[in-house]
Amino acid sequence: MENNYIIEMLNITKEFPGIRANDNITLQLKKGEIHALLGENGAGKSTLMSILFGLYQPTSGVIKKNGKEVKINTPNDANDLNIGMVHQHFKLVECFSVLDNIILGVEPSKGLFLEKKGAREKVLQLSDKYGLKVDPDALISDITVGMQQRTEILKMLYRDNEVLIFDEPTAVLTPQEITELMKIMKNLAKEGKSILFITHKLNEIMEVADRCTILQKGRYIGTVDIDKTNREELSRMMVGRNVNFSVEKKPAKPGETVLKVEHMTVPSKAHDNNAVKDISFNVRRGEIVCIAGIDGNGQSEFVQGLTGLEKITSGKLIFNGRDIAKASIRDRSKCGMSHIPEDRHKHGLVLDYSLEQNMVLQRYWQPEFQKGGFIKSKAVREYSDRLIEEYDVRSGQGSITIARSMSGGNQQKAIIAREIDKDPDLLVAVQPTRGLDVGAIEFIHKQLVAQRDQGKAVLLVSLELDEVMDVSDRILVMYEGEIVGQLDPKKITVEELGLYMAGAKRDTVPAEV
Amino acid sequence: MKEKTKDGILSIVASAICIVIGLLVGLIILYCINAENALDGFMRIIKGGFYLMPKGMGSEITQTAPLIMTGLSVAFAFKTGLFNIGAAGQYTVGIFGALFCAIVLHLPWYVCLLASMVCGAIWGALPGIFKAYYNVNEVITAIMFNWVGLYLVNELMYTGIPGMYDQKTTRTYKLSSVSPESLIPNGGLNTLFKTNSTTIAIFIAILFAVLMYIILNKTTFGYELKACGFNRDAAKYGGINEKRSIVLSMTIAGALAGAGAGLYFLSGGSEWNPQVATALPAIGFNGIPIALLAMSNPLGVIFAAFFVAHISVGGAYLPTKYYQPEIADLIVAVIIYLCAFVTLFKGIILKALTKKKVQGEDESRTTGKEDEK
Amino acid sequence: MFLLIKFTLLYAVVLMLVAMGGMFSERSGVINIALEGIMAIGGLAGVFVLALCGDLPAPALVALSILASMVAGMVYSLLLGFSAITLKADQTIGGTALNMLSTAIAIVMVKAFNNSSNSGNGAASAKLNYSNDAFIYRVGPFTINIFLFIGIILLICSYIFLFKTKWGLRLRSCGEHPQAADSVGINVYQWRYIGVIISGALGGIGGFAYIVPSVTTWNFEVGVAGAGFLALAVMIFGQWKPFHIAGAAVFFAVFRSLANIADSTALASLGWSNNIYRMMPFIASMIILAFTSKNSHAPKAEGVPYDKGAR
Repeated sequence: MENNYIIEMLNITKEFPGIRANDNITLQLKKGEIHALLGENGAGKSTLMSILFGLYQPTSGVIKKNGKEVKINTPNDANDLNIGMVHQHFKLVECFSVLDNIILGVEPSKGLFLEKKGAREKVLQLSDKYGLKVDPDALISDITVGMQQRTEILKMLYRDNEVLIFDEPTAVLTPQEITELMKIMKNLAKEGKSILFITHKLNEIMEVADRCTILQKGRYIGTVDIDKTNREELSRMMVGRNVNFSVEKKPAKPGETVLKVEHMTVPSKAHDNNAVKDISFNVRRGEIVCIAGIDGNGQSEFVQGLTGLEKITSGKLIFNGRDIAKASIRDRSKCGMSHIPEDRHKHGLVLDYSLEQNMVLQRYWQPEFQKGGFIKSKAVREYSDRLIEEYDVRSGQGSITIARSMSGGNQQKAIIAREIDKDPDLLVAVQPTRGLDVGAIEFIHKQLVAQRDQGKAVLLVSLELDEVMDVSDRILVMYEGEIVGQLDPKKITVEELGLYMAGAKRDTVPAEV
Repeated sequence: MKEKTKDGILSIVASAICIVIGLLVGLIILYCINAENALDGFMRIIKGGFYLMPKGMGSEITQTAPLIMTGLSVAFAFKTGLFNIGAAGQYTVGIFGALFCAIVLHLPWYVCLLASMVCGAIWGALPGIFKAYYNVNEVITAIMFNWVGLYLVNELMYTGIPGMYDQKTTRTYKLSSVSPESLIPNGGLNTLFKTNSTTIAIFIAILFAVLMYIILNKTTFGYELKACGFNRDAAKYGGINEKRSIVLSMTIAGALAGAGAGLYFLSGGSEWNPQVATALPAIGFNGIPIALLAMSNPLGVIFAAFFVAHISVGGAYLPTKYYQPEIADLIVAVIIYLCAFVTLFKGIILKALTKKKVQGEDESRTTGKEDEK
Repeated sequence: MFLLIKFTLLYAVVLMLVAMGGMFSERSGVINIALEGIMAIGGLAGVFVLALCGDLPAPALVALSILASMVAGMVYSLLLGFSAITLKADQTIGGTALNMLSTAIAIVMVKAFNNSSNSGNGAASAKLNYSNDAFIYRVGPFTINIFLFIGIILLICSYIFLFKTKWGLRLRSCGEHPQAADSVGINVYQWRYIGVIISGALGGIGGFAYIVPSVTTWNFEVGVAGAGFLALAVMIFGQWKPFHIAGAAVFFAVFRSLANIADSTALASLGWSNNIYRMMPFIASMIILAFTSKNSHAPKAEGVPYDKGAR
């Protein structure tokens, strides 16, 4: 039987110990098309692509290339079949040059020695042909994320790959870089390359894809032609129900100022420049202020400086009338600051501690939980049980569950319970919904709004445009360590916000509101 | 609580597997060297101190006390996320502290013991400071300080401080002759076991083990140290001074190792030879297998230390005509090598035990897996 | 002065060989604390060949004994590879165990050997006697041992291998970013084994080179007296780069030599004993470590077992 599919993945099932990540999924890729793979976090997209790329072997199911059944046991097999992949987290060796990274694994040699001259020419040729500008001799650690991504694409082209997999390629890019990437992808398809594009962003699919396959919780939902569908249908297929994207909330009633940031400057660990440059703003009771921006524009450093994880170079942090710029982390916490950290595994939880031990991480030293240096284990247990109940934190064995064994959503709920129950004046929430499914996201957004309505100040740092637009009452855009715009989410479009985030537009922001 | 007991039993089984394999390797080596006497030799190792009652038991107890301390030193550091390979150096410096106070200053035993602890603590704190403030791996620093400590102690005892080195015996002066008041009281144990170095040191060591158990598991101090060990960043986020905690952990670990030296040398168990000693004392390094066998549980350390002492005393009873007492060291070394796989053993046992149970838990974990990335 | 140069070269070659061994292992991603043990085992094997086959013609004896030390080091390093790579066990614990094991093995074997050769008359010692004439050449006023040549050749080979061949590129990628290496079809486990085995070969020769040229009797109770750990410091000091390591090795060797000749030269008037000179390289490396830790060139993935299944 003749067909024009270059790759077919038929009835693929993949089981990990304890979970079925892919359940009878079928995906067929036509030659020269851009095929999107859509699904929420945890829908099984990455697993499916890892199977195609030879990183995992399917429990059952068949993969065909040009109609012929193939076995892909290692990335080498995938490479032999001309399948290449740009991983979500780039697979680049930081201290190698761009050229070394491209040739790694298929090094041209002359006798015993490396022969890089021919390789360099081929790379420059490819880079010209597809408009992928790179410097072959630069070290990966010195170049921008965009150039790193172009290096990854060149890696595939250098190997003459025909099937190109892009795993969430836009997550780390600015809107302008995204436009650029879309152009490159269309270009590649025109030259006869077949592209698989993993994403959960509907706009991007509508813009570049020809067809789209949707997964939901590891199951196959369907494949649709983009011409014959719309955003609403796609989103319904993705989450399995109509989602109310906007967050319900009353207008904000800002009260007195809780936090006043004055000329704050924070050094960078990655380079010699300052990561946060002389920023000033304030946050009031009863409002959610959102710091928006592309990843890596100083937001993390700002939060670390604000919460005391890192020292700041200069500036004042007036919190409830007192300058806390030099106060310890514990002191800031005592003054009424709560912090939902960006990385729940790195900062938020001691994963090898039990849930109850994590619940008192900020408070174990209070008289409520200790006496003369000895921990009151009964009080800790009661407290933890109450939070679990109130915030619906689900775990295998309740308070004594080891945090590591809990799901990401419940780990995040535990952190939120702990931080909110401290009854803070200021809640700093950094990407609180990262990597969570729709249900958990809704829960967290509701909690943030509830805190605001109780008269708390909420400072939200987010990379998700939807979250920025829906949850916040006031947006501050951060670009290269500076605040380049103060915007009202009700009066601005996403496109305009994007211009600020990319540094294409900026206002002078008054320090006083 | 059920889960905890299960895990405890699992740990004991895994450690037992290591011990059994280690002993089997010992038996094979005995066979290779001399097949005729292998079984007899093996039984002597197994019997340990019981082979020559009561004297053997006495010397086994004498050796156990310092081993508990160095074991505790390594275990305490492990619990707080640090690998204290420096116990040997801290022990060596502890020897100096104890003997200096005893031979030169003629101080009572508890002051000498305290001195050995202080010396060990200093030697433990140094790698801790390097780790906390300069972010240098504590393993590398501790190895360096082991050797610096050894050369320093040799230098001080041989020429640096007059009156410690006895030309006649080529060792430090015997405590029983120059400063009997510095000997740890034996409480009748010497008469009981017909030895001259079995003292109440063993009870002091056990007391330390219990104390460490309480500190680690019941106090806010232990909570802070363990939090730093598991996740330094999260501890910092929780307002714990993580640098101070690292230094304190290493200081306590060093003090424990130093006290081990005090307990041994102040019992009159041995004298130090600064001329020949170009290798670090084995008791220091043996803390590592003891901590591993005990899964870093301070109470488990007591039993693990007894086991290691038992084997090495047994090794000493091997007939030297055919065998070398170092075969006991070999067995211990094989056991540590195996200890590195303990988690693997535990995994295998656990898998075998819970094969059926897994399916039931499927559902609850499905949502969590994907974002563990 | 001649004496100082002689001892410096002697130690520098040893430290360089062993430190380069450590470099290969760590560049592939496996921390090698076991260098001390590998040296002892390599030295043991070489010395055994010397003691057993002393009648062979000199060139054959040299070749055979060096080969034996190399092979012994490689086999012993496999134990580290097995625990660290295949079983993904803690690399530091495995290495420590191998260090302890090496001394025990060496003592037991040498004593058993001595025991059988004097037909079990009392407790045997852990000392072996041998002749080292075949290894030493006289060039004018200098005595040069063969390991100097071997060392220089291996230094150049190591540099070329690591930075000029595709194998070097692959080995380094496994120590820096094993997931990246795996994604382009490089077998991380295989390359880590290769790194560890090369380190065993170099460590084995280094151990032999430490023992043989300077003395004609060796007491295996002391192992190699910390030389392996010193080599670890040399490797860090040399920033995991062959020629830097060679430089660091010479620097460390000078201190070590001073310890040897302190009593017989003008330095004796300073009144420092050899213990102090012995301490110096360790203290120097600590200070350097403290100052350079902020921008260390250590392979990023060293010490982390690679697990193909982990995401």
